[in-house]
Amino acid sequence: MEHTPPPFFVRGPAPLVRLAFFASLSLTLLVLDARFRYAESLRSVLSLAAYPLQQAARLPVAVAEGVAGYFTSQSQLREENAELRARLLVAAQGAQRFEAAAAEASHLRRLIGAAERIERKSIPAEILYSGRDPFSRKVILDRGTQHGVRAGSPVLDEIGVIGQLTRAHAFVSEVTLLIDKDQAVPVQVVRNGLRAIAFGGGASGMLELRYMAANADIENGDQLVTSGIDGTYPPGLPVASVVRVQRDASYTFARVLAQPSAGVERGHYVLVLSSEARLPPYPEEAASERKAARKGRPKKKDADGP
Amino acid sequence: MGPDRPQYILLPARASTVAASFAGALLLDFLPWPDLALAPDFVALTLALWCVRQPRLVGLATAWALGLLVDAGNGVLLGQHALAYSGLAFCAIALSRRILWFENWGQMLHVLLLLEGAQLVSLGVRLAAGAEFPGWSLFAGPLAATALWPAVTWLLLIPQRRPIEIDENRPI
Repeated sequence: MEHTPPPFFVRGPAPLVRLAFFASLSLTLLVLDARFRYAESLRSVLSLAAYPLQQAARLPVAVAEGVAGYFTSQSQLREENAELRARLLVAAQGAQRFEAAAAEASHLRRLIGAAERIERKSIPAEILYSGRDPFSRKVILDRGTQHGVRAGSPVLDEIGVIGQLTRAHAFVSEVTLLIDKDQAVPVQVVRNGLRAIAFGGGASGMLELRYMAANADIENGDQLVTSGIDGTYPPGLPVASVVRVQRDASYTFARVLAQPSAGVERGHYVLVLSSEARLPPYPEEAASERKAARKGRPKKKDADGP
Repeated sequence: MGPDRPQYILLPARASTVAASFAGALLLDFLPWPDLALAPDFVALTLALWCVRQPRLVGLATAWALGLLVDAGNGVLLGQHALAYSGLAFCAIALSRRILWFENWGQMLHVLLLLEGAQLVSLGVRLAAGAEFPGWSLFAGPLAATALWPAVTWLLLIPQRRPIEIDENRPI
């Protein structure tokens, strides 16, 4: 700023002072948000302010879809109808078998005295847009606390898990995808029941199974489903299939990469499961340890390992 | 707007035009972009334009508020874009007299530096918060935004170019 105005033109504080003020304000907010998570209420208010614009941004796509739908030919519709009917038939058959199996399972669980699994409600939602942030993998859904979704719920598509709802605002909510670097899912190998934790691989779009012993019984093509031991994800949802296993004698752990089963980065419509699972309380010791850990270092909400 | 070219006397910018352009830019940012690496940040571009053209109307406070809105809308760390946009607005205002002397290419060069600088601030914040470096495609977005600079300038100055009364005998 080589041209500072003469003092008789009143223009408020000097630009450098203003920059220092706003920069320190931003830095304070950043620290409050990243380190202590105190800024959530401000974030909700701001997201409410951005909501009309988000809805308006959806409009062109909706209009294009509407126009395209208007010009869909009848033969296309008939084909699609037939296909959907066939799929419904298959699904109905699956649902019947599932009902029978669920009844049998609950009967058996009652016989052995295990806690009954409660049905989880599911809320269908639409993906508005993917978060404009190259550092993380998030999508924004058009359902918020007003529609009954809660932070922490698992989010699925028609094939399997795509992520976890990490922040719920009034009308929209944010889903952290499985492949986000900070996201973790407890999984289980279908073939032999081996438990593991799948971490997001970031930009590669893959999942990584960390801390698997080098001699762990895991092979290419193994299907991974949620194990359900964390209480967040219900057990048995498809997560990924193993595509590469590297065992190197010089490392303690094997390097296992898995491809997500669900359309984590595709898809348009998703299902939010409610996470109101009835869980037994934590044992005394573990609970106090957990509290101490929380106090000492605020745990990241979205890193959700067991 | 060099000295040897014809100059247009523009009408004063109205605050409503500026507000509408920012709303439009936010809307474009919230569109579901298929490829995020190449998607230009329209808010930063519009902000740079108004800071260069109307430094008395649009300042650091506007930039900071817009940054917070973008942060909340995208679910990133609160303050990340606010910091980047404040810096961008400061540099754009400081350089505003200089930039307007250049032709399109010179202006675009300056704007490219401003936008890449803002991106760099964002990157610094995220790296400090523990993210990993997402790759060099991060710096492709500002390139795309810079390419849009002449078009956006032309578009956003339309309301100011309109004559109040048309007079055949007057050159402007």
